[in-house]
Amino acid sequence: MSETLAISDRLKATGTENALELRGVSKRFGALDALADIDVSIRPGERRAVLGSNGAGKTTLFNCITGDFLPTTGSIRFFGEDITVFPAHERIRRGLRRTYQISLLFSGLSVLDNIYLSCRGVSRARFSMFRPHRDDAVMSSAVDLMRVVHLEDSQDTLVSELSYGQQRQLEIAMALSGAPRFILFDEPAAGLSPAERTELINILTGLPGHIGYIIIEHDMDVALRVAQSVTMMHNGRIFKEGLPEEIEQDEEVQALYLGGEGGLGHG
Amino acid sequence: MASIDAGIGREPTAVGWPASVPMPYVVLAVILLIMPLFASDFVLFQIFGWTFILGMIALSLMFLAGYAGMVSLAQMSIAGMAGYMVAIFGESAISNISLGWPWYVAIPIALAIAVVFATAIGWLAVRTEGIYTIMITLAMASAFFYFTRQNYAIFNGFSGFNGVLPPNVFGVDWRGSTAFYYLTLFWATLWFLVVLYVSRAPFGLALQGIRDNPRRMAAIGYNVTAHRVAAYSFSALIAGIGGILLTWQSAQISPGTAGIGPVIDILIIAVIGGLRHPIGPFIGAFLYVLLKTFAVDVLLSVGLSGDRFQLLIGLGFLAVVFFSPDGLLGLWERFQTYRKRDRLLDAGGRDL
Repeated sequence: MSETLAISDRLKATGTENALELRGVSKRFGALDALADIDVSIRPGERRAVLGSNGAGKTTLFNCITGDFLPTTGSIRFFGEDITVFPAHERIRRGLRRTYQISLLFSGLSVLDNIYLSCRGVSRARFSMFRPHRDDAVMSSAVDLMRVVHLEDSQDTLVSELSYGQQRQLEIAMALSGAPRFILFDEPAAGLSPAERTELINILTGLPGHIGYIIIEHDMDVALRVAQSVTMMHNGRIFKEGLPEEIEQDEEVQALYLGGEGGLGHG
Repeated sequence: MASIDAGIGREPTAVGWPASVPMPYVVLAVILLIMPLFASDFVLFQIFGWTFILGMIALSLMFLAGYAGMVSLAQMSIAGMAGYMVAIFGESAISNISLGWPWYVAIPIALAIAVVFATAIGWLAVRTEGIYTIMITLAMASAFFYFTRQNYAIFNGFSGFNGVLPPNVFGVDWRGSTAFYYLTLFWATLWFLVVLYVSRAPFGLALQGIRDNPRRMAAIGYNVTAHRVAAYSFSALIAGIGGILLTWQSAQISPGTAGIGPVIDILIIAVIGGLRHPIGPFIGAFLYVLLKTFAVDVLLSVGLSGDRFQLLIGLGFLAVVFFSPDGLLGLWERFQTYRKRDRLLDAGGRDL
């Protein structure tokens, strides 16, 4: 009996279900409806951009999905599993990852320590009293990730001494640790130079096909190049969903988004 | 592959470990090892024995505060609990309470109870942050003090236990000044090295991550509460050994051992020494013991009343905190930076 259940659970986890499914999610802060009745379904491997002006509820949506706080109503399923009330670390161990808009890093530790911690967080022996051995698998995957984001020259630099762009790269590396199945990127390109943006786009488009993500991005050039579908949010609600071309051509979207906030990165 | 190895080895792994030990540590180790050749019994037993013991208890606070960002005022109570349990399960002059079990049973039980006690304190305290952690641990330290003073059935109330002596293992009188010196030196060195080692192991790194950013730690898969509670449990082993040695040194334990004064002294020791490195608590303890032992003589020699020695300790504390928030360790580091600055560029090295 229990074995049958386990098999069906495993089947769900292997991709017959949506990667992420939000049903009727809302989040209220006092009288403010930060999120109102959000329904979102994202297939495994799908790459979605979320657009919207400041205060549209994009980051609140991320916080509900990763469990930084619980939604007021509604349910969240991750590869078929109801994670609505799971603590954050349990969601992460199931393959969910995120980056933060304002870098949340361990400023007193080195670059490699930061990446190593995030790799260790989704593997075993988190409480180990023993230092990583020379051929420690977690440490070598941390070193590999450090190379992916080109931070190998800063391996022992304290995070508090990194440049802004390097901190953003470190955020990405930490989100890629372990075996991610779905990643939430919160404005990864904010404040990056044009060259760094190109590098970011290369990293995102170069991710293995089974890893889906949602990216919050104000820069339409970045957003539309790395996403297969777009969700527009406005005042805590979903305003429009569609293919990138459709959204770009949509008059309502242009009026609301591009007109509303003068010249937001569309050029 | 070779480059990955190079990436992993933080210390230069090409040289063996003896060569990678910094010179000041070697000098310090040699001096400490040959100390009994020229130091008096008083210096060995009273000054250094006490320094190592208080240093260990303050080290357990440094581990919590420096790595995990949790300032606990209950570390002296945890040490006191271990001391009491050794008196209760082992031998003491209060034979109607003490069970008189052999040391190899009594000491592990005492440490286990100290760990359980600390885990319970941690389990309550980790729900709080900053000043509230200090408040709640101070409340529990006060509760322990008043409980031991009023409970006569187990803790023998006001007078506590006397005649608590170390066992005669290997036929050595471990309360003899030289033997006690080496005993405390051994445990202080051991815990110093263990804390230094664990600080680079996943457990220690995770605590430092929690100190810097608990929210992010949860967002990379760590159970932050569990790690914080485990830090308290681990710190109890350090404080517990310190508490047992403290009980043996004075051959007694009473409520005053873990009274409010000593509880706060541990915080002062850790802060004076510095919370950034495990050597800090021992530096702080050494200064504290020197002040506590000789302040009376200094005061009398300048014509002041001897019972004002707390004033000197307080002024010393103020001066250190005022001039260096990182304690004496911070002063030392700043001196090193100053010494290494490039005189031609006159930029202090930091901005280069």
